Amino acid sequence: MATTTPDPAAVDSQTLTLVQAVREGLYTEMKRDDDVLILGEDVGDNDGVFRATEGLVDEFGSDRVMDTPLAESAIIGTSIGMAVRGFRPVPELQFMGFVYPAFDQLVNHAARFRTRSRGRFTCPLTVRVPYGGGIRAPEHHSESTEAFFAHQPGLKVVVPSTPYDAKGLLASAIEDPDPVVFLEPKLIYRSFKREVPDERYTVPIGEANVLREGSDVAVFTWGAMVRPTLEAAETLAEDGIDCHVVDVRSIYPLDEETIVDAFKRTGRGVVVHEAPQTGGMAAELTSTIQEEAVLYQKAPIKRITGYDTPFPLYALEDYYLPSAARIEHGIRETVEF
Amino acid sequence: MSFEPGFHAEEQILDEDGRVLDGETPPDLDDDVFVDMYKQMRLCRQFDKRAVSLQRQGRMGTYSTMLAHEGALVGSAFALRDDDWIVPYYRDHGATVTHGLGFEHILQYYMGHEEGSVVPEDTSVFPICITIGDQIPHATGAGMASKLRDGDDSAVVCYFGDGATSEGDFHEGLNFAGVFDTPNVFFCLNNQWAISTPIEKQTAASTLAQKASGYGFDGVRVDGMDPLAVYEVTRKALETARDAESEAPRPTLVEALLYRIGAHNTSDDPSNYRQESETEPWRERDPISRMETFLRERGLLSDERIAAIEEENTEEIESAVEIAEAYEPDPDDIFEHVFDELPDRIEEQRAAFRELHEQYGDEAFLRD
Repeated sequence: MATTTPDPAAVDSQTLTLVQAVREGLYTEMKRDDDVLILGEDVGDNDGVFRATEGLVDEFGSDRVMDTPLAESAIIGTSIGMAVRGFRPVPELQFMGFVYPAFDQLVNHAARFRTRSRGRFTCPLTVRVPYGGGIRAPEHHSESTEAFFAHQPGLKVVVPSTPYDAKGLLASAIEDPDPVVFLEPKLIYRSFKREVPDERYTVPIGEANVLREGSDVAVFTWGAMVRPTLEAAETLAEDGIDCHVVDVRSIYPLDEETIVDAFKRTGRGVVVHEAPQTGGMAAELTSTIQEEAVLYQKAPIKRITGYDTPFPLYALEDYYLPSAARIEHGIRETVEF
Repeated sequence: MSFEPGFHAEEQILDEDGRVLDGETPPDLDDDVFVDMYKQMRLCRQFDKRAVSLQRQGRMGTYSTMLAHEGALVGSAFALRDDDWIVPYYRDHGATVTHGLGFEHILQYYMGHEEGSVVPEDTSVFPICITIGDQIPHATGAGMASKLRDGDDSAVVCYFGDGATSEGDFHEGLNFAGVFDTPNVFFCLNNQWAISTPIEKQTAASTLAQKASGYGFDGVRVDGMDPLAVYEVTRKALETARDAESEAPRPTLVEALLYRIGAHNTSDDPSNYRQESETEPWRERDPISRMETFLRERGLLSDERIAAIEEENTEEIESAVEIAEAYEPDPDDIFEHVFDELPDRIEEQRAAFRELHEQYGDEAFLRD
């Protein structure tokens, strides 16, 4: 697997939003490999409900960008059939709340084909799923249940938080020989633009990204929570609290080395995610850190997360999602412990 | 095989202009019931316009209109008895409101308040179901409940769209209904579009009604923009559903053939995937205009009455908007009703939330 990480400043690039970078990533992979296919609801003529597949059906035709009937289990089930026969399907499930009809196919089949056939059959598919809260969406359109998928052996789970990572991680996911759940934080689909190289590059699965170096407390987060976390870090810096912020990016497998090193530098840790607290990925990070670095620990590792309640309808969603002020408060408590 | 384009419904009473077809008889209803049906259909259309304007003004979230579905929704709901249940999806408020649910509930739901799903005790309506087709097995189960309870002969009507017929839950729910012989009417509003997917890409079957034969009961296709034919078909289906003694299977699949003239919802732009001209032949079959012609020809409707109806409807809608907008949720409500008794973990989270809220106020939470 060739890994390249071009400097966006040194190569031809475009300024893109995260969702445009997803689209660029899809385009680049489809140009590179004729076996890459897209299927899902409204991905063709409608360009995807978030425009993530804009123009792709015109470019590659309806054999490679398939509008399907409204049936998530069959979208994933048929993707598995094609993947086993050597294609690289990139199915889109429109919202995370619509994944569950396909959960059986992902958990019982996509995740197990390699193991149960002792490698005779593999299942290289990339399931794209817009996820997360904060866009005043209807019921079942705002959840973050990455932990369900991370818990399932045989599935990889990644979350980009920038346009650059979106394109690079998508390339890695599509060329990966195993199934990858590619979660797209739709709150920041169009929140900001960044330079994205025109050429193909990959951001490896399994590598976290240190966004800010600091010495007082390590803060781990991903997806749409990266921005409020960085905002909190800026405010805290004014009070002399120096945060080391890590974008975990790869939910499974975790980049244990980067995570544990970050903790060892500071002896304090905070994990921020949108998902509910119980059984969330913060528990996994905390446990991993304790196994590897308990003697460095100066304070309890804090979780700043969604609550153990169903995601509220949008009128109250801001109270549910970790905000910069809530993150700041939690970090302060950890530092002052 | 492929879906038959155009208009072919076996059950129709009104022609496309609203005149009774030769050989057809309108349902045996009092004159004022016909006028009430018309009023209710207009109410739906007026409500839709208001709901879209609220969404455009940022006073409400994403909303799906019922445009051109009013005849199917109101016509079918008029055939229900008060104790019959409706298990809805999200483009069928015309039916649930006709069955007694106040518009303020619909508004509150789309304004992002859980309060919207607090269906009054005396109203036999399940909460709105956003995920596609998931409610169909619930409806079958609710039908099983009627059957299991002595002396309960209530029927259960489930509404869903054409897209839902592709989901596994449609198959499983209807199969159970056939096997357990439940008192159900499965009412499919085939508006021929699931967001951007046209019906001919949704199914290779020539009709949706024919799918019923795979489950061992009858399917019927009705002109979904003819409120009188819809009423009659639903009335018969409910009669069959209630008849526990009959040899005939109790469930029925109704395919109401109509057209989604509008967008999927306020976030959708159909010009991305279809020509506006495609909607024209269906606009000519408008259920409200047809009902209006039917009533005028019988001398049951005048311009004055229409103006009065419009005004009464406006009052009802504005009162619902007022109630819905007066509702102020307490952020603490997030923690309510997760269980009968909250586990300690959630109580702790609530206590931490309250402390933070008191200390920092709303500014600490609300985004721009």
